[in-house]
Amino acid sequence: MNTLAPFFIFPNGSSVSWPAVPVFSITKLVRVTGELLDRGARICSWFGVQDHEETCLVAILAMDSESVLGVARSEPISGSYPSLTPRYPQAHLFEREVWEQHGLVPLGHPWIKPVRHANGTAPANAPFFRVDGGEVHEVAVGPVHAGVIEPGHFRFQCQGEEVLHLEIALGYQHRGVEEHMGGGPHRATMSQMETVSGDATIAHATAHAMVMESLAGIEAPLRAQWLRALALELERLANHTGDMGALAGDVAFLPTMSACGKIRGDFLNLTALMCGNRFGRGLIRPGGCRHDLDPQRLQTLKARLETHLADVEQATAWFWDAASVRVRFLNVGVVHTSQASDIGLVGPAARASGLVRDVRYDHPAGWHRFSQAPVAVWPSGDILARARVKSLEIQRSGRYLLEQLDGPVDGDILAPAPVPAPESLTAALVEGWRGEVCHAALTDHSGRFRRYKITDPSFHNWTGLALSLRGTAISDFPLCNKSFTLSYCGFDL
Amino acid sequence: MYIFDTLTNRLKRGCMTMAFPKGPAPDLPDRHGGALRLDPSKCSATCALCVEVCPSQAIVRSNGQLRLDLGRCLFCADCVTACPQGAIQQTNDHRLAARRREDLVLSPAQTEMRLAEALDEKMRRLFGRSLRLRQVSAGGCGACEADINVLGTIGWDLSRFGIQYVASPRHADGVLITGPVSKGMELALRKTWEAVPEPRIAIAVGACAISGGPFAGHAQTNDGAGSIVPIDLHIPGCPPHPLTILDGYLRLLDRLEKNR
Repeated sequence: MNTLAPFFIFPNGSSVSWPAVPVFSITKLVRVTGELLDRGARICSWFGVQDHEETCLVAILAMDSESVLGVARSEPISGSYPSLTPRYPQAHLFEREVWEQHGLVPLGHPWIKPVRHANGTAPANAPFFRVDGGEVHEVAVGPVHAGVIEPGHFRFQCQGEEVLHLEIALGYQHRGVEEHMGGGPHRATMSQMETVSGDATIAHATAHAMVMESLAGIEAPLRAQWLRALALELERLANHTGDMGALAGDVAFLPTMSACGKIRGDFLNLTALMCGNRFGRGLIRPGGCRHDLDPQRLQTLKARLETHLADVEQATAWFWDAASVRVRFLNVGVVHTSQASDIGLVGPAARASGLVRDVRYDHPAGWHRFSQAPVAVWPSGDILARARVKSLEIQRSGRYLLEQLDGPVDGDILAPAPVPAPESLTAALVEGWRGEVCHAALTDHSGRFRRYKITDPSFHNWTGLALSLRGTAISDFPLCNKSFTLSYCGFDL
Repeated sequence: MYIFDTLTNRLKRGCMTMAFPKGPAPDLPDRHGGALRLDPSKCSATCALCVEVCPSQAIVRSNGQLRLDLGRCLFCADCVTACPQGAIQQTNDHRLAARRREDLVLSPAQTEMRLAEALDEKMRRLFGRSLRLRQVSAGGCGACEADINVLGTIGWDLSRFGIQYVASPRHADGVLITGPVSKGMELALRKTWEAVPEPRIAIAVGACAISGGPFAGHAQTNDGAGSIVPIDLHIPGCPPHPLTILDGYLRLLDRLEKNR
């Protein structure tokens, strides 16, 4: 037990007083974090907190096997510290981010450059990694892509058709979300949390609401937790269905593409039935939910859900039935289990590389303490596996929703607005449809935000997409990309 | 066998595209609320409850008069609930697109928004039956993009109006902008706009692209696209419902029957 010692150990969605967070020298923090990662922990968040002219580094780790989180911090430092990245690649973007935000240099980090900050009217994301050689050529794509999609820059190093290396340079979407949380929550905060990553509104809004509730030492009414769990699965259904359609479209399998495009909208309309907005905006507030499901609305929701689930089952069955589809996905874009674990993948991408990793199951909070859907895992790490996991999750989320709709819990849906306690740190994890959404907050002496750190699952997973391209034909990039479906603005914040 | 199954499925279901605009428009979700309107006679000059609850500062009181800017509005309806007199009302109307920015601002002098008029005849002749748009997400969260995309699916079938999203600005008649225009996308948006041959149009979709939305005032954004390119059509919402977006396109191209 206590495998996260000497970190302070706490469950998902609870808080700790800032003075009670263990303080280590920076070298000890790096060493102990490394030892814990060796024992199976993983990094949920790693960020700096400004302390006068210096910075405290804060590490939040998860030990999935024991359903606990651990937190520790360093003494205030400036200058540099020994990098975790050479031994633990999952730290690489976190260390780059801390360098960008606080100027702390991780000594030994192989690829220090900005993560998202703009230099004038474009991100400061050059220079790019280059492979030299007579037959090597470079392909640059973006920021504006061919489809209706968010912007990012992809730099491929290719030999013929084969991709040797892909560097993904983002930052185009940076809107200053975290920077404006200081001194908050502000009036616009909840709306900003709902748009951190617009197709994961419920996941981010739930994480923020959990942060506020935990800092205030309250819990949302059970019925509100139940409503949030419903909305989270509807969000997963809509997005996974859209992904299945997009994957089908990329291999020119039109029946599934056409059907799933429409069914995705049908699922979004179920969220709109709950709250008026297709993306769930305005549903979740700190303290609970703003809209209830009256019995008649619940029956309508259930009836429509059953129809749409049958539709998506049929549309994905065509897809899996077609050998011409399967062969395009098999052994393409492979991320091996060891790679997935090294780079700290989360969500369906991790589960498709054989990692049993799901916040709903590993770190249950809210309604998931009482009911869970089975975790969907597939071992092969290729596009087939990622599609398979999404397909399985559509079935399981559907079944979960139908069960939950049969057993509503009574009660209020909104508690009085939570008032955060001063000098407290909290972390809330939510399994959004892309994976682990992590919101961590630290309050100052008056209970306002001193630091707010958001880690979208895409922050962990973009590296997975880059690795999946190695040795793959460049023409398979769109397929690999859609099998991950990552968020640009969730990363850029 | 999927081949037979897909065929029988197609035959059984028939055409899945909605009747709109020839038939009636589908209903908005009942909790959506649609456009807002002001009833100044009910507004008390000393009260500021709606101003205080608005997350995006869409409501201000200047010289004692209430101004509600639907270009900033996120349609959360907190103001509708907060007003004890019912001075801000939901209309359930999906029509929200406007040509000029000021047409979106409600005040005692303009209690309802002014809907978009069609392009002039010369532009209508060019684009009325074939409009190609290059979408640029400039700090957009993905929701406006999703509901722009959904118009291409079989339920909406945007291509029946000759409207299409294209990959290259060289193939486009205009740009379709989402997001508050982050500083990181400013150069890319300018370059995309300049690459579109003239005559060209620009459409701003969503509160962010019109005014910065929830990110208005952030140094990392430009408070919308209006300061970068001249906007011909504003489609408010967070995100606008697909029906609202489609209505905007059709209104601009004069493809709706009179009085719709």
